Amino acid sequence: MLKRVNGTEKNIEIPRVRIADAEFPQPFKSGLEYASPARGTWNIVHTGMLIPEAHEIFVCASCCLRGVVLTAAEMGAQDRFSTVAVREHNLLDGDMEELVIEGVSDIINKLPERPPAVLVYTSCVHHFTGVDLDMIYATLRERFPDIDFTDCYMNPIMRKSGMTPDQLMRSRLYMLLHERELNPKAVAIIGSDLPTDKDSDLVHMLERADVKVHEITSCKTYAEYQEMAESSVYISYYPDAAPGGEMLAERLGGRHFALKYSYDYSEIDETFAELAKELGIPPRKQEEIDDLKEHCESELAETLALIADTEIAIDYTYSPRPLGLAAMLLIHGFNVKRVYLDAVSAGDKAAFEFLQKKYPDLELLPTVHAGMRFANSLSNRAGKVLAIGQKAAYFENTNHFVNVVEGGGMLGYEAVYKTARLMREAFEREQNMPELVGIKGLGCESGCCSGV
Amino acid sequence: MKQTSRIISTYSADTMGVCSALFELGGMTIMHDASGCNSTYTTHDEPRWYSMDSMVYISALTEMEAIMGDDEKLLGDIEDAVRELHPKFVAIAGTPIPTMTGFDFEAVAAVAEQRTGVPCMGFATTGMNTYIHGASLAFEELAKRFVKDIDEENGDTGVTQNKLKVNILGLTPLDFSVNGQDTSIAAWLESENFEIVSHWAMGSSLDEIAMAGVADVNLVVSASGLRAARVLFERFGTPYAVGLPIGDELSGLLADLIKINAPKFKNASSFEESEISVHSGLFLGADADADSYKDGFVAVIGEGVASLSLASAIELECGIPAKVLCTTECPKDMLRECDVMTPDEEDVIAAVEGAAIIIADPLFKAVCSPEAKFISLPSEAFSGRLYRSEIPNLISDFEDFSKLIIL
Repeated sequence: MLKRVNGTEKNIEIPRVRIADAEFPQPFKSGLEYASPARGTWNIVHTGMLIPEAHEIFVCASCCLRGVVLTAAEMGAQDRFSTVAVREHNLLDGDMEELVIEGVSDIINKLPERPPAVLVYTSCVHHFTGVDLDMIYATLRERFPDIDFTDCYMNPIMRKSGMTPDQLMRSRLYMLLHERELNPKAVAIIGSDLPTDKDSDLVHMLERADVKVHEITSCKTYAEYQEMAESSVYISYYPDAAPGGEMLAERLGGRHFALKYSYDYSEIDETFAELAKELGIPPRKQEEIDDLKEHCESELAETLALIADTEIAIDYTYSPRPLGLAAMLLIHGFNVKRVYLDAVSAGDKAAFEFLQKKYPDLELLPTVHAGMRFANSLSNRAGKVLAIGQKAAYFENTNHFVNVVEGGGMLGYEAVYKTARLMREAFEREQNMPELVGIKGLGCESGCCSGV
Repeated sequence: MKQTSRIISTYSADTMGVCSALFELGGMTIMHDASGCNSTYTTHDEPRWYSMDSMVYISALTEMEAIMGDDEKLLGDIEDAVRELHPKFVAIAGTPIPTMTGFDFEAVAAVAEQRTGVPCMGFATTGMNTYIHGASLAFEELAKRFVKDIDEENGDTGVTQNKLKVNILGLTPLDFSVNGQDTSIAAWLESENFEIVSHWAMGSSLDEIAMAGVADVNLVVSASGLRAARVLFERFGTPYAVGLPIGDELSGLLADLIKINAPKFKNASSFEESEISVHSGLFLGADADADSYKDGFVAVIGEGVASLSLASAIELECGIPAKVLCTTECPKDMLRECDVMTPDEEDVIAAVEGAAIIIADPLFKAVCSPEAKFISLPSEAFSGRLYRSEIPNLISDFEDFSKLIIL
């Protein structure tokens, strides 16, 4: 419970709206924004570190450097991370290009070993001063021909102008791939921070068809990373990864396939059938699909029997389709009461409309609205709440929660039955929520991005 | 090259310093920025985020708002938030983009105050200075706007007669963490028979800070308290001392100097003349004799006042020359000739060359010579939450800490 510091006796209302009354895609008015202590989602430092042996250099003001430098430190990856501080005189002197070029060069020359790749992150100030990034990168490439450079960005001010920072970063991961001959029997799963589960529908399907699968999360060396370029199809399933897939197709000549992330059985069947067609491999047999459905139903039934009418809250950090997940659980009899999200994605529009009609009392709550500062301390529900996702866990002030971010590498039917299993585990096992949700980049600490 | 860091961290920025200084006072602090600063602050700079419900927000500035100069969006958002959340005051702190677009913090704060009826303050921080600068501005504004004039009604605070009344200026977790150092300073003052009026700003309410004008002396415990000390001198003629009570000898000297000089320095001719500790020679320094460093010395890296106090305590109690490498903003005349002030990695490397012992945050270790003995002294302002559990309470536990300092 948070100690009150402003001493006001006036009531503070936690913002919420019935889904029946909510507007698509923005259920809440934008305003001052709050940052909850749930820190499990990955940031641009974590994601960039997925490129093995690459070195990250951030060129920003110190207020922007602070978060990323400590992200690297908490990962134990300081030796793969450096900074160039932009100071006030640089804004006035007009020497921003020189600062980037000479700063990056200075750092490279001081590194104990020459990295094969350097990710240079520029920021909002470079955008606003009209810095000539093309000239900067051309100069760096000329100066260090043995290093692959790519442009990365920490410019959140552009988050509503074109590609979001998340989409941009996920696309940058593959900009260093060198064109090579395409292998028709090789594909790359792209754009997911977390490794796709070996048990997922996708990996099973590809392995059975004897397709060679590349994924950045399993690359141990830069050479291995470069082998991804042989892929003839780039499969994205995390929605923010799709623009990167399109860019790859344009640059390297393969094809991009955006697999739909869904908890709806018919949508899962449809998207996997389309993928099989795209790859020219046999579609899943009906018998296999029936087995998977039966498995899902069995797991869901077992979970429902255990947790019964326990209130459930879901947030968008668990899955890119929080409303799709809510719909699936409600259809199966679960007592989903609240979904935490700030906007409804295009992929969740159908679920949003379905829920408006069939479950109009489902509540939507924001995560960044200023009033959410008090959600945790005002959360004093009598019964147990099961949260699916870190932000829901924090706002509901519950130690019973599914501690997974960004889909957790689950996909297809596997995402359904595994979620049901994780819900049972969360219901039965109390966890230290405040401590767990504060860890940055959940899954990164396991070593998948801690380098070589 | 200056401005580059191959491996060391970055100090918390001025924007965050504003937030930290005002955190416990019941207001609402808004970082005027796109995104990111808020989560950085709450994750790495603010250990109280998980125990107090203070309101710190980001304005979520967009490209179009910045280009079009749409200050009305921010003003409307402030009005909404004040209406819904009832803060005692509003503070708006700047970041790089408002700096570039020439955002007028004072004007927007004035308009916001007119519309909301709540005191509003604008801080033209840039996100390019350290937290010391931002916290200094915030404390300065508190001293200007919230400290009450002394009159018959509030002149007598009921404090015990014959005790000097003290404000502690410059307390934030960025320098003192949440491990009890703030209360240890207060306990030391009380043990020395001082009466504490206010703690700026850990452990005091806005109402207590409003009474700061009745104090006889201000104790500045980090450089972030200096601007407030100047305002309090200008308004009330209050003298000030700089320093931390580290170790028995330095603490005793500091207390004696304040007791002797505070009454004499009241209403001194200038703010500089009202300073007690530095000008009384509290801090030593072996700069008079270059040979002092021949047989090895201690280098203390960190915030100016804390490092200066620690270096002096080491010199007094361990008998080893100690010099300060101040990596945050600090008035040059406070440091001694032997000390260095720089934020840059390459200067840090040069300045600690030849040191037998280096006392610094663990994230400095990578640039320190392995020949030197490295003694870890984590700082929230540098390594954030990373080593929080290892931060020592130098006020109460210097004796244990000093046992590590052996040549």
